Amino acid sequence: MDNVTTAGHAPIDTHAHGHDAHAHAHHHEQSFVTKWIFSQDHKVIGIQYTITSLLFLLFGFSLMALMRWQLAFPGAPIPVIGSFLGVLNAPGGIMLPEFYNQLGAMHGTIMVFLGVVPLAVGGFGNYVMPLMIGAPDMAFPKLNMASYWVYFIGGCIMLASFFVPGGAAQSGWTSYPPLAVITATDGQTWWLMGMIFLITSSLLGSVNFIVTIIQLRAKGLGFFRLPFFVWAQFVTSFLLLLAFPPLEAAGVLQLMDKVAGTSFFMPSGLVVGNKVLEISGGGNPLLWQHLFWFLAHPEVYVLILPAMGIVAEIIANNTRKPLWGYRMMVYSIIFLGFMSFIVWAHHMFMTGMGTTMSSFFQTTTMIISIPSVIILSALFLSLYGGSIRYNTPMLFALAFLPMFGIGGLTGLPLGLAPSDIHLHDTYYVIGHFHYVVAPGTMFALLAGIYYWFPKATGRQMNEVLGKIHFFGSFIFINGIFFPMFIQGLHGVNRRLYDGGVQYAHAGPVLHWNQFMSYAAWGLLVFQIPFIFNFFWSIWKGKPVGANPWHATTLEWTAATSPPLAHGNFETTPEVYHGPYEYSVPGRSQDFIPQNQKD
Amino acid sequence: MEIPYTVEVRPDTGLSNGKLGVWLFLASEVMLFAALFSSYILLRVGSTEWPRGAEELSVPMAFFNTIVLITSSVTMVMSWASLKMNDFGKFRMYLGATILLSFVFLVVKYFEYSHHLHAGEGPWHNTYYAIYFTITGLHGLHILGGIVVNGYLLGPGAKMWKTQKERFTNRVEIAGLYWHFVDLVWIFLFPVLYLL
Amino acid sequence: MDAHAVDDIRSHVKTYLMIFGALMVLTMVTVGVSYLHLPVAMAIAVALVVATIKGSLVALYFMHLNHERKLIYYVLALTAVFFIFMMFVPLFTNMDKITQRY
Repeated sequence: MDNVTTAGHAPIDTHAHGHDAHAHAHHHEQSFVTKWIFSQDHKVIGIQYTITSLLFLLFGFSLMALMRWQLAFPGAPIPVIGSFLGVLNAPGGIMLPEFYNQLGAMHGTIMVFLGVVPLAVGGFGNYVMPLMIGAPDMAFPKLNMASYWVYFIGGCIMLASFFVPGGAAQSGWTSYPPLAVITATDGQTWWLMGMIFLITSSLLGSVNFIVTIIQLRAKGLGFFRLPFFVWAQFVTSFLLLLAFPPLEAAGVLQLMDKVAGTSFFMPSGLVVGNKVLEISGGGNPLLWQHLFWFLAHPEVYVLILPAMGIVAEIIANNTRKPLWGYRMMVYSIIFLGFMSFIVWAHHMFMTGMGTTMSSFFQTTTMIISIPSVIILSALFLSLYGGSIRYNTPMLFALAFLPMFGIGGLTGLPLGLAPSDIHLHDTYYVIGHFHYVVAPGTMFALLAGIYYWFPKATGRQMNEVLGKIHFFGSFIFINGIFFPMFIQGLHGVNRRLYDGGVQYAHAGPVLHWNQFMSYAAWGLLVFQIPFIFNFFWSIWKGKPVGANPWHATTLEWTAATSPPLAHGNFETTPEVYHGPYEYSVPGRSQDFIPQNQKD
Repeated sequence: MEIPYTVEVRPDTGLSNGKLGVWLFLASEVMLFAALFSSYILLRVGSTEWPRGAEELSVPMAFFNTIVLITSSVTMVMSWASLKMNDFGKFRMYLGATILLSFVFLVVKYFEYSHHLHAGEGPWHNTYYAIYFTITGLHGLHILGGIVVNGYLLGPGAKMWKTQKERFTNRVEIAGLYWHFVDLVWIFLFPVLYLL
Repeated sequence: MDAHAVDDIRSHVKTYLMIFGALMVLTMVTVGVSYLHLPVAMAIAVALVVATIKGSLVALYFMHLNHERKLIYYVLALTAVFFIFMMFVPLFTNMDKITQRY
């Protein structure tokens, strides 16, 4: 494997006795444990992330399915499952408000930190990116392995928190103090410890991704020949690298407030249950909000950017056309990444800030919508004049476009301070962000699974089941989230245990609760064809070759399906073209692989 | 299977993987301590009363610790320089000195902490002590991390000197970058917490 | 390791020792100034300026930033921008409130 170009003087005996070479000289003799459990191979780690995150996504969805019963039929005993929830959570099968809050806080936490990001970045990023850039693996394989297992431990801590006295965290995924600190449960403490593990996993991963993309690109693969997917992962990694540490700091501070009796976030003079709190005081709840949102805003771009990357690849491939405005898309995504750090206080318009601050953040928020719109428009325009193939990944990718459009547009009245006064903390917000993450990012991630499944397994997923999955999901997901805009505009608050029954102004729109719940359960049912398809196809799917989609990018053109266990490629690829040489005039084939010389 | 640019630099970036990786890691650490400094400022500016550092904490002890840590930075860079000059013996002496000085720092910190804790001035006492213990505590954990890394390089890790001199020297350089950063944080922590 | 490289390192060693001396002096300066009990704003300014000089010496010479690659400079510049933003957070929170009277 002559893929090492030595620029400086050769060190003594690197290749003969080097640590890696020695370990892999007898690669046939890897034990089951080092091959599948504590693997340093980015492909195995990518699959580990994918399976684990899909399980967490299903679990997080189930929490919501439970909540939707309470919202549709407040105070009614939950059928079948109700008796298994325990008397502390649901006596007589009727959900207690505290349990509802636990479900809500953990649904958000699990979906964002244990589900979507690990799948989008840990799963897709790890598996596909090194193949796409022609690298034998990530720059730091051991660090990669560590990052998965630290995520796994963080996930276990989060799950375990349901079983501690007082139950899981129940002050929203945003964990605002003083409520999060004074709520009498260890669950919040466990949440904080879990977050510290998850953030650490993220940091280890982001260093790895950035170094790999910069240092391990194949010969000829300049930055402006990179597939958009790689650019998306690159910018995402910078967001994770620089935005997560303030939340780690904040998590430590809140942990100190909970266990060491400090008052970082606890103001003086707090009275809880008619008793003055015995704390030193002098803290500021807004400090938590600033530190939390400093991460959490870039975090939402972490949620969407990889999805845009996936959709871009699938659209270029299934229109048999280059992406429209590739360069603009790249500049936009870089600008978007930068801007994402300076908009965070639009989550805090209602905290009593003055007009200087709110004007500043309103302005930056409006500006950040520009690169977003550019990218979405470029993706739409990429369809024009294309020879569109309507396979399952393409259906999900196409649906992403208007769904993300709705999500993005509904964000505008939230980003403008005056309208946010009316809409903050209502169901409108929930509708907005779910449109972006659920029929937005999740659809893109599902598209990605259908698209790259053949690369990982050498088999294709069943198209009929895929289309059933798609159409059912598309209909029901809109059924869940569209009425939320209606309820929100009517002023129905979020995080209400009874869905708004107590509030007179919610009366006219309460009936939507049942509609949304049926839609949610319908959506859950339509994931069954997907789950079945996924596992069945691993063993019984139609076998395919290395490049079933006739794609141009390196993972398809230079590697087998699945790729070689060690080093990915038989010969290190060299790149001669841009990433989207489809339908080039005068050629017999409608695509030119990136590594094809001519 | 070899990962390229583990030792030799990539021509267009001029960097090895480890060098780039550690600087990225340090960038994230800057953001971590930035958040803590920013918390300190917010809490202090928003407070009705806040003691002067010298009134509550021992400036002589911290002054001593500052000298200790800066010296350890010098011994750390000297340990790397010794490897560049092919002097393994000197390397061990300097790295050993670095680790020793790190322990001295932690011991002094232990005495500082226990003095305050015995006087009832723990993190629960007021926000001043809360931020003092948290920031210096987190910094202390970073020192501990450095001891572990340097200890490994002095001990089992040093075997690599026999087989891959350049790669080992790079590892020491990278550990040094981390260690200098820890020193750099203290250079700011000392005046902010103790002198202002 | 060839002789030329060794000479190179020897001159670096001289530099390290000089920087060490400078850092010692600056540490004594910062402690000494604190005993002058300057007015608050001045005290903060002097302390931060001295700390920045010391930090820069460590970064430039011990961390070899004075002859690093452009890529590293870019990463650090980006970090510096966000660092400054983080420092503005307290300013925002305390100085601009809706209850202000104009």
